[in-house]
Amino acid sequence: MGEVMLEAFRARIVERKPLRLRGGGSKDFYGGPISGDVLDTAGHAGIVSYEPTELVITARCGTPLAELESALATRRQCLACEPPHFGAATVGGAVAAGLAGPRRAAVGGMRDFVLGVKLMDGEGRVHRFGGEVMKNVAGFDVSRLIAGSLGTLGLILEVSLKVLPVPPGDASLRFEMPQDKALEALNRWAGLPLPLVASCWQDGNLTLRLSGAQAAVSAACAKLGGEAIDDVEALAFWQGLREQDAEFFAGDAPLWRLSVPSVAPSLDLPGTTLIEWGGAQRWLRGDVDRVRIRELAERAGGHATLFRGGDKAAGVFTPLQPALMEVHRRLKQSFDPYGVFNPGRMYPEL
Amino acid sequence: MTQREHSADAAQDFAGIDRAALLAELARCLPASGLLSAEEDLKPYECDGLSAYRQLPIAVALPETEDQVVATIKACRAAGAPIVARGAGTGLSAGALPHPLGVVLSLAKMRKILHVDPVARVAVVQPGVRNLAISEAAAPLGLYYAPDPSSQIACSIGGNVAENSGGVHCLKYGLTVHNVLRVRAVTVAGDIVELGNHALDAPGYDLLALAIGSEGMLVVVTEVTVKLVPKPELAQVIMASFDDIMKAGEAVAAVIAAGIIPAGLEMMDKPATAAVEPYVKAGYDLNAEAILLCESDGTAEEVAEEIGRMKAVLETSGATDLRVSQSEAERLRFWAGRKAAFPAAGRISPDYYCMDGTIPRKRLGEMLTAIHAMEKKYRLRCINVFHAGDGNLHPLILYDANVPGELERTEAFGAEILKLSVDLGGTITGEHGVGYEKINSMCDQFGSDELRMFHAIKRAFDPDGLLNPEKGIPTLHRCAEFGRMHVHGGNLKFPELERL
Repeated sequence: MGEVMLEAFRARIVERKPLRLRGGGSKDFYGGPISGDVLDTAGHAGIVSYEPTELVITARCGTPLAELESALATRRQCLACEPPHFGAATVGGAVAAGLAGPRRAAVGGMRDFVLGVKLMDGEGRVHRFGGEVMKNVAGFDVSRLIAGSLGTLGLILEVSLKVLPVPPGDASLRFEMPQDKALEALNRWAGLPLPLVASCWQDGNLTLRLSGAQAAVSAACAKLGGEAIDDVEALAFWQGLREQDAEFFAGDAPLWRLSVPSVAPSLDLPGTTLIEWGGAQRWLRGDVDRVRIRELAERAGGHATLFRGGDKAAGVFTPLQPALMEVHRRLKQSFDPYGVFNPGRMYPEL
Repeated sequence: MTQREHSADAAQDFAGIDRAALLAELARCLPASGLLSAEEDLKPYECDGLSAYRQLPIAVALPETEDQVVATIKACRAAGAPIVARGAGTGLSAGALPHPLGVVLSLAKMRKILHVDPVARVAVVQPGVRNLAISEAAAPLGLYYAPDPSSQIACSIGGNVAENSGGVHCLKYGLTVHNVLRVRAVTVAGDIVELGNHALDAPGYDLLALAIGSEGMLVVVTEVTVKLVPKPELAQVIMASFDDIMKAGEAVAAVIAAGIIPAGLEMMDKPATAAVEPYVKAGYDLNAEAILLCESDGTAEEVAEEIGRMKAVLETSGATDLRVSQSEAERLRFWAGRKAAFPAAGRISPDYYCMDGTIPRKRLGEMLTAIHAMEKKYRLRCINVFHAGDGNLHPLILYDANVPGELERTEAFGAEILKLSVDLGGTITGEHGVGYEKINSMCDQFGSDELRMFHAIKRAFDPDGLLNPEKGIPTLHRCAEFGRMHVHGGNLKFPELERL
């Protein structure tokens, strides 16, 4: 069945016409304007292998992320970087988008968990990079390059991911705190040996998540104070952030994502703000001047992305310095010489 | 300047380089003490940590500033000369082996710690800074840099970036790629680029991930921002003995299956403990067929809980003896034996050759059985130390280079281990890099399509192929000539090439 699918993919690719790679279609909103005919990967699905004691799972691109996570849950393991489902996300789409959930600052992003990929290039050739082992420095680390490349370099056919045990202890705390104080506290706490895995500041409330050994979580709760949140409510709260169905994300106002050093001070912008990742990810709702927001993010040492909504015509991602764009162009040329895969989804030049 | 783009098919020819003109130009770029060209001065640079391969370069450049790095690269590029970047020279794959017609670009003089930020928990350092020096600088702040290769007292962070170095704690804390936020580097065109930043991601492709582990073939690193993490309050290690190496392997799987990620999880076989014990007196159980070192770190409460759980699992898995370190001194002594495995091998044998394959852990038994058979086949002894948590095996083949034929038998022994690592679903190198040493074994692991893509990636950064040529990625011609025509799934690997 797998080979038949690969032949079908290859047949489309060698036509050399623009294709829009699509798994569950859960992130159609993300990235630059979409063009080309849909190449649907949903048919190429299934878990190829899962070795809990090796901490590795390998799945085909069209496997629903939910299916993969349920398989892991039966062995009390998880994808620690918590990629969002946004509905019906697939494994291939999650790796291509490279997005991560609330635990990102503590555990790493999607690129940190990708061990290997099987990829079809723009001429229909199949490559295998990386593998199913934790440590592998043979050849360039193409698997991590593919994570977050928005499908512009190739069609991910299969991916191997590192998995981790679900931590035994878990607790959430809430503090009333203005933004400046919250940022200061988050950076201070991150420098201490605490099992702090996620944080969210909004409207004068700072919420923390602690996960790890039961004893460590209890000791940290005693040390930090704050108001304990009921387990069910806490789960729904973190889920709402991961899936962006919390109230902050509702409505049509443009959603900007600012990725900045965690120590960047409060950013002086209109609109409402929600802060995650210990201060390193800041969401902004509202019609903000794109030049100003990019300037502010860059001055703080980061970058700004028009994540959802708004006018995409002027570019979704922060432009690259010319020398880096030249490398991007050459990489794109190497993987996809005829510009088949997701043209313009990341930058108009790619 | 060579305008011809280097191709994946055949090696480049650098014979036309004007050596005198290049030296004159380098002398203009560098301070007098920063350029070596007399044979006796070049001698210390003829090899890295893998001394079996030696070669003198045309010159060694020792820039002190980023401007001098740029000028050196531009001079080499104008002359069409290969550039081999070098850190502390502790690498184990001859990745810093000089090119006979090239310049060694040593970053050893760029060794300033520029900035340690206790609030942002980062350190900004020059590439020549030693790995351990970063942790020492951060120690007063209660922070450290997590990756700890065994050579951490000497190896430089620039070299760690080039090799994506690991260490004994990387199962829990990750490799260099997980602990570096940003790299500032010079391209072969002399442009300064920043890959990554002080945030958690950067726009565009993840070129930082691509540059880490690229063995000096894509860019030359001039500055690195590393992540610092809080020093755990406490660490304790369990030393467990097993009367059967397979049982030790199963115990490792059982620890992971119990939902524990130990801070370190190492295995040594009986010949390895026998080699190190007289040398470091770590207190190892010399009757055991294998010992495991299983470390927990964190808060005192966390460590107590985890050590308890690990002890229970190890007992159930058939450990014949368990000892838990009762003090920091004892913990360090337990580790000292493991960290001294390489020098201990050097003590019991005139020479040794360290392999670095990674395999899925469940295949350990097959690998060790095969290695025992190879010891007989090649008439050489081999001792095994193993980063058991992540499947990275370091067989140390003992040999004597002065006995005719032993080096050749050793190389064949090593190549067979690497071939088997690939066949068992693993890789030829877990953390030491391909370099010059394992370039032929790359033909075992990758087919012509992947190798062509690797060459294309190199060209995207380095169109003229000047950065560390003839390392890391073999040409297709080399693979064909080498005779690694392995039949995978019924297909010859390099069908498009003529056979000689």
